[in-house]
Amino acid sequence: MEVSVTVNGTRRSADVEPRTLLVHYLRDDLGLTGTNIGCDTSSCGACTVLVDGRSAKSCTLLAAQVDGAEVTTIEGLATADGLHPMQQAFHECHALQCGYCTPGMVIAAVSLVDEYDDLDAAGVRVGLEGNLCRCTGYQNIVRAVLAASE
Amino acid sequence: MTDTISPFVGGIVGTPRLRKEDPALLTGESRFIDDLHIPGALWIALVRSPYAHARIGAIDASAALATDGVVAVYTGADLEGDWAGPLPCAWPVTDDMKNPPHLPLAVGKANFAGDAVAVVVATSRYAAADGVEGVVVDYEPLEAVVDVRDAASDRLVIHEDCGTNIAYDWELTPDPDGVAAAFENAVHHVIETYVHQRLIPAPMETRGVAVVPAPHNGDMTLYSSTQIPHVLKVMAALTLGVPEQKLRVVAPSVGGGFGCKLNVYAEELVCMTLANRHGVPVRWTETRTEAATATIQGRAQRQTIELAADADGKLTGVRATLLADMGAYLQLVGPGVPLLGAFLYHGLYDVPVYSFTCRSVFTNLTPTDAYRGAGRPEATYAIERAMDALAVAVGVGQDEIRSRNFIPTEKFPYDSPAGLIFDSGNYQPTLDRAKELMDWDGRRAEQAERRAAGSTMHLGLGISSYVEMCGLAPSRTLAALNYGAGGWESATVRILPTCKVQVVTGATPHGQGHETSWSMIVADQLGVDPDDVEVLHSDTAISPLGMDTYGSRSLSVGGTALWMATEKVIHKARAIAAHMLEANADDLDFAGGTFTVKGSPDKEVPLAAVAFGAFTAHDLPDGMEPNLEAQVTWDPGNFVFPFGTHIAVVEVDEETGAVELIDYAAVDDCGNQINPMIVEGQLHGGIVQGVAQALWEEAIYDADGQLRSANLADYLVPSAAECIDMKLDHTVTPSPTNPMGVKGVGEAGTIASTPAVMNAVVDALRPMGITDVRMPASPMTVRRAIEAAGGSS
Repeated sequence: MEVSVTVNGTRRSADVEPRTLLVHYLRDDLGLTGTNIGCDTSSCGACTVLVDGRSAKSCTLLAAQVDGAEVTTIEGLATADGLHPMQQAFHECHALQCGYCTPGMVIAAVSLVDEYDDLDAAGVRVGLEGNLCRCTGYQNIVRAVLAASE
Repeated sequence: MTDTISPFVGGIVGTPRLRKEDPALLTGESRFIDDLHIPGALWIALVRSPYAHARIGAIDASAALATDGVVAVYTGADLEGDWAGPLPCAWPVTDDMKNPPHLPLAVGKANFAGDAVAVVVATSRYAAADGVEGVVVDYEPLEAVVDVRDAASDRLVIHEDCGTNIAYDWELTPDPDGVAAAFENAVHHVIETYVHQRLIPAPMETRGVAVVPAPHNGDMTLYSSTQIPHVLKVMAALTLGVPEQKLRVVAPSVGGGFGCKLNVYAEELVCMTLANRHGVPVRWTETRTEAATATIQGRAQRQTIELAADADGKLTGVRATLLADMGAYLQLVGPGVPLLGAFLYHGLYDVPVYSFTCRSVFTNLTPTDAYRGAGRPEATYAIERAMDALAVAVGVGQDEIRSRNFIPTEKFPYDSPAGLIFDSGNYQPTLDRAKELMDWDGRRAEQAERRAAGSTMHLGLGISSYVEMCGLAPSRTLAALNYGAGGWESATVRILPTCKVQVVTGATPHGQGHETSWSMIVADQLGVDPDDVEVLHSDTAISPLGMDTYGSRSLSVGGTALWMATEKVIHKARAIAAHMLEANADDLDFAGGTFTVKGSPDKEVPLAAVAFGAFTAHDLPDGMEPNLEAQVTWDPGNFVFPFGTHIAVVEVDEETGAVELIDYAAVDDCGNQINPMIVEGQLHGGIVQGVAQALWEEAIYDADGQLRSANLADYLVPSAAECIDMKLDHTVTPSPTNPMGVKGVGEAGTIASTPAVMNAVVDALRPMGITDVRMPASPMTVRRAIEAAGGSS
């Protein structure tokens, strides 16, 4: 079936099997491999993208479910002027090591900051509960998200 | 708190510097294994035994072969002739170690749930998964051996040809009579038994493989999400019989390893042989559920530790006995994991006599191997838990019992009772500073207040002081331990004509930030900008010599090779500069990227001019080769021995059994630091990984050998919500074993934190008569301990 999505501001479409997951559609059909896959159970959040501005785990959605929607992936955050403030904060706070969870973590953090005005450390920790990182122990991630939220 | 003796004067090393790895990782530019675009690749999916122990009968692949997109199905028997040897075990720790054949696809019998028995080849990953559903295997289930004590009894032997489940017995007792006398004369004799549950390493990126063959000229490129492309190349060549010079191994961006990607796996060899058979690229990406059983697990040991001490609690002897679970087969370095801890069961305490014995057994569970710390977390856990027991027996505080036993600073280099030479150490300041960070006395007072008030929210304080041996490893020491390879590392430094620098390292980073740290080292030495230094790695065509990254070895071994290669390049550049300045090389100073004649500061030549002169070669000293490049392979003379003290504070809810980590302080000493920001990051992540063993994580198997926590919904990798901010500080005691004075830091946090947390849990519950809680200290486990002790129900 034909699925059309506006990804990072560009209208894209591909002919896919109805069972195709959004994450596979983005990665395998559109070639946007920045969104990673870390589990089979929607537990890890590595595949988090923005669907119509809200974070969503792209392994829990079929591509067909987002037909006509606007999707932002990690490739869509930075501009010609440089990194998105959240990406910059992750860089400056050493909030990534192997970097595999990072695209999903950054996108989830962008959505979290967008949703809440007065985030504190506890709020960031609970708000990012759906995104797992095995390298950083989260301390610098929390610091980065708070820095970017100011 | 610094006492730095550092060879670095360039002002770059020792200061925090943001990572050059980050922009690609933050924007999705990085290429992990599954991101590689490989036209024409076939996908494979493995048919895995659902039984922990079963005879493999007929395999009917007809339904699979009728599935859209399925190209072929192979059974273990079909591919048996493709292997020149079984999957390798490089560490036969004893000459008579039992090592049952471990084929990439099992033949005859499956020995753990997840053992691959057949492979489906298809045109897409979806079609390959569909094909697996169409392979019908006639299994005859057998009783499974899941408990190490049951395995050791040989009631049921898993590998019939071995005749026993015991893989090996290994002992280190330099002075048996001394040990016997120590325990005979002991005033205090502490005997403790601890269980290290099985852990799933769970890097966020699962494994993956892609093999690109060139059938007509025989070349083959193996892409793998591995920590060890160099080791893998040798092992794959041996196991498949392919000519090593035709094989290139590339580790693309690797999303974490923690030891589980320090291995040679079935899927790598299956993809290679199928790429040969089909003449096209073949690839595989592991699912998370597969990763739980098909990738190695860690820990899985039962320990008994005995301490002999005099009336003051001064240790007079330590004796440790292990029963280690190897799982169904011996993996690459699995048998050696207990040995990596074998020398450290007396911790950082001054003990005259020592004994260690280990029995390792087969079970019908996923094979075990190195997991962050590998042997040293287990050793540290045993001695640190037992030291608390000794403190209780003697009637002194946990801090005091440690202070009384620390190896005195003046004894370094310290001849350990296990036969090691500890390079340098100064332990007491780490305990003092950690107590200060934690407000130890204040916390103790708070604990007493709660107890006096009859609170059911118990406070517990736990100390863990540790020393570890890392920087694997002196090759001769490895030979003495029967390890099948060396422990050296290689580096090449190349100054390009435009004075930009290329560094080639045999270390293989997968999150540790080597590109940043290595460029800082070289930039500091050469007086160039770190951004002008490019670090190349993880591709055997670019970096042909290497022993890769594990065991906190990269900096102290690979970094030392790098430091020496840079010195070698400077030596050559100095000779060229002297020629250009018509001066004696010994009369030149080199600083800030410029050679200056001593006493004549106006006579100078910049490194850039030397680099270009070396390139044009128009006017070099007689007999000198053009270009500025040097390669060094460094084989360390000793391990390095980082140390520190961590303190955890937990709150235990007596009514629910819930344990909450509420405060954490860590004071570590890894010698001179290259990039303190990266050091802190390694500690943060390491500490949380160790806390996770104490409180949350366990590969839970049932009596049939079925893994009940096989995905990230059931296996509790902590999220940000369970974790807290940690208070970190450090001391600096340089290692005298390498020119930079560095020690490793990749595993220290994990080694230290598990016993700190469990000592705190037990400290909270000790008034109820509880002396041990099995890990992980889940609410259920804690409640059972409370009820067993006759507490509230």
